[in-house]
Amino acid sequence: MNLSNHIPILIIAIPLLAAFLLPLINRINKKATGILTTLALSVSLLLTIALAVKILTVGPQVYVFGATSPSLTLPSGLKFPIRIMFQIDAMSIFMGLITAVVSFLGAIYSLSFTKKYDGVDKYYSLLLLLTVGIFGMEFTGDIFNFFVFLEIASIASVALISFRGVDLGEPAEAGFKYMVVSSISALMVLFAIGIFYGQYDLLNFAALASVIKYSQLDKIALGLLIPVLAMKAGAVPMHMWTPDAYSEAPAPITMILVAASQASLYALFRVVFSLYNISLNTLTVGWIIIIFGLLSMFIGVTMAIIQKDIKRLMAYHAISQTGYMLLGVGVGLAVLANPEALKDYGITAMEGGIFHIMNHAMYKGLLFLTAGALFFRTGTRDLNKMGGLAHYMKYTTIFFIIGAAAIAGLPPFNGFASKLLIYESVYKFNPLLSIIAMVVSILTLASFVKVFHSAFLGPKLPQFKEVKEAPRSMVFAMAVLSCIIIFFGLFPDLIVKNLVHPAVMSLIEQLQYTGTVLGGM
Amino acid sequence: MIGNLPYVAVVIFIGLGIYTLMFKKNLIKIAIGVVLIQNGVNLFLITLGYRKGAVAPIYTYAPSGQIMVLPTPQALTLTSIVIGIATTALILSVAMMIYKHYGTLDTDQVRRLKG
Repeated sequence: MNLSNHIPILIIAIPLLAAFLLPLINRINKKATGILTTLALSVSLLLTIALAVKILTVGPQVYVFGATSPSLTLPSGLKFPIRIMFQIDAMSIFMGLITAVVSFLGAIYSLSFTKKYDGVDKYYSLLLLLTVGIFGMEFTGDIFNFFVFLEIASIASVALISFRGVDLGEPAEAGFKYMVVSSISALMVLFAIGIFYGQYDLLNFAALASVIKYSQLDKIALGLLIPVLAMKAGAVPMHMWTPDAYSEAPAPITMILVAASQASLYALFRVVFSLYNISLNTLTVGWIIIIFGLLSMFIGVTMAIIQKDIKRLMAYHAISQTGYMLLGVGVGLAVLANPEALKDYGITAMEGGIFHIMNHAMYKGLLFLTAGALFFRTGTRDLNKMGGLAHYMKYTTIFFIIGAAAIAGLPPFNGFASKLLIYESVYKFNPLLSIIAMVVSILTLASFVKVFHSAFLGPKLPQFKEVKEAPRSMVFAMAVLSCIIIFFGLFPDLIVKNLVHPAVMSLIEQLQYTGTVLGGM
Repeated sequence: MIGNLPYVAVVIFIGLGIYTLMFKKNLIKIAIGVVLIQNGVNLFLITLGYRKGAVAPIYTYAPSGQIMVLPTPQALTLTSIVIGIATTALILSVAMMIYKHYGTLDTDQVRRLKG
């Protein structure tokens, strides 16, 4: 048995196994749960990197459950049209890398962060399940499997958001909102699956993509899928759950929730690019996505400026940054049917949008972690009550500056690289969009200057006399993210050429996507 | 015509569910709205696989020549029902926690998070 063929399933199976082992381990040794979680996720991270190397050198991978090829006929004559499978191409593994890094660092950060909580084993179990759900959403090649993983991720994240709900009211309230929103979106996805199945008798993404006709029913399915996936990604005007859920979840969970929202964003791109591609009216759908993006950017940032709760402020910025991704990819979609424009600026715009997904996961994760460190030491998230913390928490201050500079798009950091790609390509499509994006970026900077000023600067306050630097595991997680941010900012070419460009091409070229599965059929 | 009645039921289920979500202010009723939509979608899937006069899709025991209902939608529905139970249980338990802290289930008063 060659284990290297089974990497895709091992990435998911190991955290899943660990998740159900944890309650048992907890009986034996309470402290081992966190370490086991970290171990399982580090194995997952290593396997994801190995798989990424394989995919980027060899090509897309298909992992079929219970068979060696997608359409194997058993000796008894039993034949499945298309089996259940994982289909992992450059775009999936791009998202998978983000998830692996974020969940691993989230687990490390949690080692210190959860010291004040009861029932830590359940916390870790849910964290692992959430990771499994996100990985599954990104890797699966089967649309019904996607629904199942979506639900796993939703249920785990709701339980984690309302984790502190035993003692406080607000987390329960946020959890309720998120649960209603995510079950409605999952059910609408299921309804769309029913529509596809009724028409084509297929559940596989690639097989569906090869026969899809863009009939009236397909339009209805698209009309169900785009809003609900945008809702799960937190785009305005379906963003009402985002600030609540992000601000009430424990900080490391918020970081992983950002990755979960991005998995929905990935699914949205997969649907419009790999499933429908140019069979749909790309200009109209592209503009719909661009308008979602514009609204998210602008409303997100204007709402962020007036916030007083540090995590709520960052959550509104998360909405605003999602807008950039939608804008970049939306422009790419709008010119998809026009090869010249696509080559001229469409691909660059998409590269900017996709690269921004990874950058956003890193710097927003870092910012949420610094907010978590402040909360951990001071016990408050209210900016008006903070002040002078730079005297006590030097490392956290530095990490916050790095994260804030990256999100505002200042040069040596990664946010600048992806935002510049978006500005210069979107300008060729429509100058106004580019100008709005720049204005939003300036407002972002203004709002983070405010946070920096009110939380870190100023004289030493008497009530924070006891405040110390964050514990070591939290500093470690933040330091790793900072290094990644600086590395991406200094060598954006390296990342764009080796990771982002293949991801964009695998989205654009539908034939390549269907060909990996259907091949000789 | 009569064969389309289940689809009408699907529309009624989902319509009632959405109505409940939009206009009812009790958290338990909102949970019921979610369940109504779940049932509508499940009924939709099952109806897709129905064939008139067909037998259960058990390959080895079916009389030869008899048509069968489609097994895949039934498998999908079963999965979806199980997920639905987990979702409903979680929604209700969160509603319980909210009741414990706020002393009410009225959405107008459960509003500490805003702005």
